[in-house]
Amino acid sequence: MYKITTEPIDVQAVNDIVKRPSDGAVVTFDGIVRDNFDGRAVRSLEYEAYAEMAEKKMAEIGAEVRNKFAVGEIAMVHRLGALGIGESSIVIAVAAPHRHAAFEACAYAMDRVKEEVPIWKKEFFDDGDAHWVNQN
Amino acid sequence: MHIQVKLFALLREIAGTDTITLEVPEAASAGQVLHQLSQQHPALQPYLENVRLALKMDFVDEAASLDEGDELHLIPPVSGGR
Repeated sequence: MYKITTEPIDVQAVNDIVKRPSDGAVVTFDGIVRDNFDGRAVRSLEYEAYAEMAEKKMAEIGAEVRNKFAVGEIAMVHRLGALGIGESSIVIAVAAPHRHAAFEACAYAMDRVKEEVPIWKKEFFDDGDAHWVNQN
Repeated sequence: MHIQVKLFALLREIAGTDTITLEVPEAASAGQVLHQLSQQHPALQPYLENVRLALKMDFVDEAASLDEGDELHLIPPVSGGR
């Protein structure tokens, strides 16, 4: 499952969807909206995407991860729109027969998402200022 | 021919729109379209250096040749985080 959504992410559901009887490990990364950036207080975030391409790129990364590591099912869900502190922005779950492959593959998948998936983050600070991350 | 340039995030906010239609020469390359965009919309120019280009949901380089009606998506650096 590779999905862009404006709804809150059900982390447990993403974790459970990759489970298979042959896999003894699931590693799930839960990316959380943090209340600070470079020492400044952040009030909220907004995510924007080229959604169609983002879903396609996530599926391609999933295929790449399955070629590279001994893993089973993979799921990725990224949320868009306005998010508050503590909410999940991205969840990636990777199942594998054994834990080492699941840990490595999940970390690798997240790094690749940051490189290839067209999703952008705008941070709104407590002082009323705002900026697009990485774009100035 | 006409090309639609699709903008996101900071570029979209600076332009005040998510789509700019450009009249460009037949079989123009993505790089030519980018150059023409920076001439016609100078406010975008400082940010165009770091964008990647996408056509039909795949990244392409500046040499990619475009057809009438193509949508060239400008992909700013993605959201970061460590």
